Amino acid sequence: MLEVHALHAYYGDFRALHGVDFRVEAGETVAVIGANGAGKSTLLRSLTGLLPAPFSSVFFEGQPVGGLPPHVIVRLGIAMVPEGRCLFPSLSVEENLLIGAQCGRRGPWDLAAVYRLFPALEEKRATPSTLLSGGQQQMVAIGRALMSNPKLLLCDELSLGLAPLVVREIYAALPRIKGEGAAVVTVEQDTGQAMRIADRLYCMQEGRVALEGVPRTLTPERVSQAYFGI
Amino acid sequence: MDDWINTLGQGLLLGGMYALFATGLSLSFGIMRLINVAHGDFIVLAAFAAIALVEPLAIGPFATLPLVVLLMAGFGYLLQRLFLNRTLGEDPLRPLLVTFGVSIVIQNALLEIFSADMRGLDAGPIETASIPLGGSVAVGVFPLLVAATAVGVIGALQWLFYRTALGRAFRATADDHRTAQLMGIDNRRVYALAMALATAVVAVAGVYLAIRSGIGPSDGPQRLLCAFEAVAIGGLGSLWGTLAGGMILGVAQAVGLWLDPGWGAVSGHLAFLLVVVLRPNGLFPKTRDK
Repeated sequence: MLEVHALHAYYGDFRALHGVDFRVEAGETVAVIGANGAGKSTLLRSLTGLLPAPFSSVFFEGQPVGGLPPHVIVRLGIAMVPEGRCLFPSLSVEENLLIGAQCGRRGPWDLAAVYRLFPALEEKRATPSTLLSGGQQQMVAIGRALMSNPKLLLCDELSLGLAPLVVREIYAALPRIKGEGAAVVTVEQDTGQAMRIADRLYCMQEGRVALEGVPRTLTPERVSQAYFGI
Repeated sequence: MDDWINTLGQGLLLGGMYALFATGLSLSFGIMRLINVAHGDFIVLAAFAAIALVEPLAIGPFATLPLVVLLMAGFGYLLQRLFLNRTLGEDPLRPLLVTFGVSIVIQNALLEIFSADMRGLDAGPIETASIPLGGSVAVGVFPLLVAATAVGVIGALQWLFYRTALGRAFRATADDHRTAQLMGIDNRRVYALAMALATAVVAVAGVYLAIRSGIGPSDGPQRLLCAFEAVAIGGLGSLWGTLAGGMILGVAQAVGLWLDPGWGAVSGHLAFLLVVVLRPNGLFPKTRDK
C-alpha cells in the first residue's frame, strides 16, 4: 500500500536520507529502529509531507504523493502520531480528538470508539490536554490520529519518556487498532519493544536502510550490527 | 460627583471604540503571530471606502456597514492569501517589513484618490443625541452604540472560537501550525480566514470612526498606536482582555482630558506604560507560547 523508492531527503544542504527503499503492505505492522540521527523521523516526516519528498519517490496505493502538502496527505489516509505527542495546549482532550476528525474521512473511529479504546480519556474529556499524565497524553495523540480513520498510522517514538508499564499499556492498544484495518508503522529506539510487535523490521543507520527482515528470523547479532554499524 | 460619573462613562464608551480598533490586531497576532503594521491604515481604508460609497449609492452611513465589511473581508482574505502568507516563517521581521510597505501604499493611494482633506460621514442627529440618566449625568447614543457593537463583536468571536469547528481549527493552528497541518488543516487557508475576520471587524471600526470624527489619509499610524496599546494592556491572545484594555485606555484618556484638555492622549499613553512596566504580559494574557 505504501512504497518508497530511493528516497533522498535534505535539511538545507545536509542530506539526511540516502536512497531509502521502504514498503508497507495492507494490515502490516512495520517497525523502524535505529540510533539517534539514523533518519527514522526524517523518513516519517517525508511520508507525511512535512518534509516535501520528490514527486515519484513515495507512492501510496499506487498514487504518487511526494511533494503534496501534509493536509492533503492526511486526507488520503496517512495519519501521524508525532514525536513528543504535540497536543494542542489550548484545546481540551476532546477538542484535540475532534481536530483529528477535521479532515472528514469516515470509518470505524469516532469519539465513542476512541473512548472505548482508552477509557481513561473519557472522564478527562474536558480537561486541558497539558494537565494529563505523559501516558494519557500519548493516548490522546494516538486517538487524535485515529479520528482521521487512517489506512496507515505512523507512530514516532511512542515510548519516548514514558515508564515501561505505561508503554506496555499503550502498545496493548495496537492489536485493536490493527483489528479495525489500519496498517501501522512504528518508529522506536526500544529495539526489544519493536521486535515483539512488528511483522517486519527495518533498521536504519546514517540515512540508509541497514537491515530489513522478519524479527524472528533475525539474530540479535545482525540487529546490533545494523544498529551500531560495528 | 456627576462630572466624575460622566467622565468615567465617556471613557468606558470611548474604550469600546478602541476595542473595535484593537480586535483585528489581537486576532492576527493571536492566530498568525503576525504584527500588522498596516492595521491602522486598514481602519482608515475602511473609513474612506464608506465615504466613497455613501454618495454614489445614496445611502446612509450605517447602510454602508454590510458592504464595507464584505469588501474589507475580501481584501483581508486576498492580502493574506497572496502576500502575507509568503512572509510567514521563522523570521518575524519579514511580515513586519511587508505590512509596513502595505501601510505606505495604502496611505499614498488614499492621498492620491481623496487628497489630504479631512473627510467624515454625517449620520444626522444620532451623532449628538444623548440619554439623560438623572442629574447632569447622560450618555451619548452613538458612543453607546459603538460600545455595544464592540461587546457584541467580541462575544460573537468568542463564540466562534470556542463553540465551532472553525474556531477549534483557529486555536489549534495558533498553538502549533505544523501539527495542525498533520491533522488536515490547511494553515494558509486558516490564516486567510483569520485575516478576513480581522479586517471585517476593522471595517466596522472604520465606519464608526468616520462617523465620530473627521479622518485623513495619514491617520492610520495614530489608530495603530491606540489599537496596539489596547492589545498590550489587555494581554495578547485574549479578546475580552482587549476589550478591557480598550476601556482602560479610554477611561485614562477621558480622565486626563477632564483634568486638563491637553492631557487626554498623554494620560492614555501613561496608562499603557504603567501597565507594561507592572505587568509586561498585559492584564489578562492568554497566549500560551511554547
